[in-house]
Amino acid sequence: MSKRTEAASAQRARTKAPARTKAPAPARATQPAPAPARTEAPARTEAPARTEAPARTEAPAPARATQPAPAPARTEIQAVADRIYEHSLSIAPFTCHDENPEAIDSPLIEWSRYTCAIGAQQSVVAIPRAVPILHSGPGCSTKVDALIGQGRGYAGGGTIPCTNSGETEVIYGGEDRLRGVIEGSFKVIDADLYVVLTGCTSDIVGDNVASVVGDYQLAGHPIVYTETGGFKSNNYVSHELLVNNIIDQYVDLNKSSTGARRGLVNVFASVPYQDAFWNGNLEEYKRILEGIGLEVNILFGLDADGIEEWHRIPEAELNIVISAWCGLGIAEHLAERYGTPFLHFPYVPIGARDTSDFLRQVVDATGQSGKRRAKAEAFVQAEERKFYAHIDTLMDFLLEFRYGLPREFFTLLDASYALGFTRFLLNEVGIKPAQQFVLDDTPERFREEIRARFGEVSHLGLRKADVSFLTDAGIAHDLIRTDTKSCRLLIVGSSWERQLAADIGADLLIVSPPIVYRTILGATYAGYRGGIRVIEDLYSLVLNVFR
Amino acid sequence: MAPIDLKSPEVQIREVRLGSITGFSGTAQELVGCSHARSIREQTRSFQQSMMCASSAAFCQLSMIMDAAVVNHAPVGCAGDFPGFEVTYRIGGQERDLPPLLGRYFNSNITEADTVFGAAEKLGRVIREVYRRVRPKAIFVTTSCASGIIGDDIEGTVNDAAEELGIPVIACICEGFRSKIWTTGFDSAYHSVVRGLVKPPRKKTRKVNIINFWGSHIFEELLGRLGYEVNYILPFSSVDQLARVSESAATIQICPTLGSYFGAALEQIYGVPEIKAPPAYGLAGTDRWLRELGDVLDVRDAVEELIVEERARIEPRLAEYRRKFEGKTAYLTAGAAHGHAIIALLRELGFYVKGAAIFHHDPLYDNGDPASDALAQDVRLYGDVKNYSVCNKQEYEIINLLSRHQPDLLVARHGGMAHWGAKLGIPSFLVDDEQFGFGYQGILNYGERIEDTLDNREYLANFSAKAESPYSSWWLEQDPFCFLGDETHVEAY
Repeated sequence: MSKRTEAASAQRARTKAPARTKAPAPARATQPAPAPARTEAPARTEAPARTEAPARTEAPAPARATQPAPAPARTEIQAVADRIYEHSLSIAPFTCHDENPEAIDSPLIEWSRYTCAIGAQQSVVAIPRAVPILHSGPGCSTKVDALIGQGRGYAGGGTIPCTNSGETEVIYGGEDRLRGVIEGSFKVIDADLYVVLTGCTSDIVGDNVASVVGDYQLAGHPIVYTETGGFKSNNYVSHELLVNNIIDQYVDLNKSSTGARRGLVNVFASVPYQDAFWNGNLEEYKRILEGIGLEVNILFGLDADGIEEWHRIPEAELNIVISAWCGLGIAEHLAERYGTPFLHFPYVPIGARDTSDFLRQVVDATGQSGKRRAKAEAFVQAEERKFYAHIDTLMDFLLEFRYGLPREFFTLLDASYALGFTRFLLNEVGIKPAQQFVLDDTPERFREEIRARFGEVSHLGLRKADVSFLTDAGIAHDLIRTDTKSCRLLIVGSSWERQLAADIGADLLIVSPPIVYRTILGATYAGYRGGIRVIEDLYSLVLNVFR
Repeated sequence: MAPIDLKSPEVQIREVRLGSITGFSGTAQELVGCSHARSIREQTRSFQQSMMCASSAAFCQLSMIMDAAVVNHAPVGCAGDFPGFEVTYRIGGQERDLPPLLGRYFNSNITEADTVFGAAEKLGRVIREVYRRVRPKAIFVTTSCASGIIGDDIEGTVNDAAEELGIPVIACICEGFRSKIWTTGFDSAYHSVVRGLVKPPRKKTRKVNIINFWGSHIFEELLGRLGYEVNYILPFSSVDQLARVSESAATIQICPTLGSYFGAALEQIYGVPEIKAPPAYGLAGTDRWLRELGDVLDVRDAVEELIVEERARIEPRLAEYRRKFEGKTAYLTAGAAHGHAIIALLRELGFYVKGAAIFHHDPLYDNGDPASDALAQDVRLYGDVKNYSVCNKQEYEIINLLSRHQPDLLVARHGGMAHWGAKLGIPSFLVDDEQFGFGYQGILNYGERIEDTLDNREYLANFSAKAESPYSSWWLEQDPFCFLGDETHVEAY
């Protein structure tokens, strides 16, 4: 590997990374308005990303990139745009590094990366042969799809039935309209489960959806409903609500048996589509849990077994929540309803260290002993051997690559990924945490525990990672832009960080929605395979900045 | 047709203003007939699928103004369309060799408490915070179902903020539930621009407004030859530039479904003549459009020269395409005006248009001039389209129609539709750049694209053999319009 990378880098361009290291430390700490730090950073003023963009983007590079040096005169509109750009560079930062970012009272959300409660439509789409029915305004479904959608699944995208509520439904109520759409759905769409989701219009006006859907439930139709008016919560919260409603209104009536079955577990991990790697991650969780001898209800995605698998939820001996906080509400609900215990693994396990830890916790929680336990341990060992053989291959590159690798990273992710990535990058790959930003509107009651976990990321106990819980990522952007670190930086975030990364000369690994600049189909970022995949993606883009 | 009223903070929805409809099945000629006889009637569907809403259409235009910021006063889910338009803006900027400007879009995060206590005060704080962060030349506030139903005083809030900040802060009233026709959102955006930004002319310029999306820049050459300059709006325009659109010599519509309201407003209020002939798609359509442009700009001779020259230039290749496509059939699904344009292009290239599923229908545009009716022009020039439906992007109807008619080609003008052609093994493509088919060269562009689409079919055949569909076999055997016809809700329009 090192040979190949050396060869590639022999033709190295003047990279952005050195530009950053030469940048004088902006006088941000002293902060008075007249000398805005941003305008002083050469990385921003001298090297507008325009000239760099074609090298980095997958978007078609404009043909004129190949034109000879003497630039043609700027047209009127180009000159106007140049002035607007200069103006944008001259604006002083609105945050201060001495301030606690969580204390900034922002009334708004900039660079939003999750959607509202009705985003639970994507969780329905992720269940094989299930279809959401929206009782909402005409644009809700499309907007959810625009932010987190990936293709259409079985019956998502433009297939999703919707009442497209208008003035009439808002003024006179929309229950009749909803009945028509439900009945049409039964006829037109072949599905095993129909899930009615309400939007702002219905929830503010107060349609009695329970009664409408109740009639169809009594008639024996596989249909449930959930109140997901957008103002009520976001799609992390509503995902839990949706699953609990399916359990209460449908699974409980169709459950296969109530007795716990040894070796059967339910997994509540990714929020489908909000976790862009949900399909691959769930596949990996199922693979490794089966690897230690368990039978797995994975419930969502291409490896799920459809609605029959949901019928078996009450039979599980253990519920496994792999998430910082989202999913706990489901496990607690199931504990209450069926007495099923649960294991909470509070971040995405990426790479061997955390994945093995996860699997061993599951082995303990399922009370395996003797032969089964030994078999499980053998699986863990075999996976670790493979994983570290790949790390061994990588190590020459990490230790010897002469043109600079990212040394510190920022994450702008949800809590589960932020913690998972922080642990992985530090303990397996040797990139140290700068400031971490958790942007999933983590409910207050979970924050202290998660913050404590960021304090324990180093397996040698050498350092703590600083974390800020924010909903407005504009604050995170501003803090990162005015950061003074001189090493090459990595941002693990979303497509919203594209320009930010270009401006400060950082590498950007896009993990969170919105995902615009990369294609994700079946890749996993979780488990043993996920760790290897992250490394491949990360260092491919690190090397891709060279000419 | 009500005259443009800038006093009102909101524009009347298309259903009321233009008598537009979202449901019809019949022939193109029948639809033209009842449009002109003013006997057009709305039909709604008892079963429907998700559409798009006006707030996205409004945002689609406002988000592209280079030095304005947009506040979406809504729960966070309504901001789901931000990234798509931001990337359009960034790639469009790259194509135009502009510096890497960011689209600055903000969401006011309306929560449950806001629906109880009101969110107007919060909106005021959001606007001030946006000003602090971006220092924009103007701020637009787009509304949502939630803000509309709880009844926030948007107009009062933006007026206070404008006075305090000294920049235009403009409400764009575009709640999704107000209209079944999402293009009403374009009208909302333009209404807010005309109300809040456009100033009376100081002088007349030799610029021509081109109301467009973010299509390719094909008008420089044409207008340059005629002695005029381009003024593309709204995408990649500036606040100052928009203030002066009243000074232009004329307004060109790339798609009157998009620019109907803006073109009419500029003509009615500031006397900027709008080219009323349907946009230049197809040979005869282009002749007619150019002649009107020649009349309005007073360059008749230059236009006649151009017509002769260009027709002669494209003639040989057009004849080749016509030979090649003779006897082939096509279906299309598209928004109204651009759908009419695609019909002309397909007919010009020798296709038989089996049918068209068009999202809505405006019997008239805001200029009130029947001369702008592109569908009437299609029928007159190329004959009737037998299977003409107004489908409001109802996928289930389109799938039923496509399986029934099995055309050789599907042309789609909206995301997610070409996919169904592919599933059925029908060569399909999406028209992304509206300017692509414009004028004489546009016919050849289409010919080339279609030739490639019809040729490149290995992967489609492979895919369609394996593709799954959630549609029931029962449905595929029904009359595609069997859910259409419930007229109980027409009264509300």
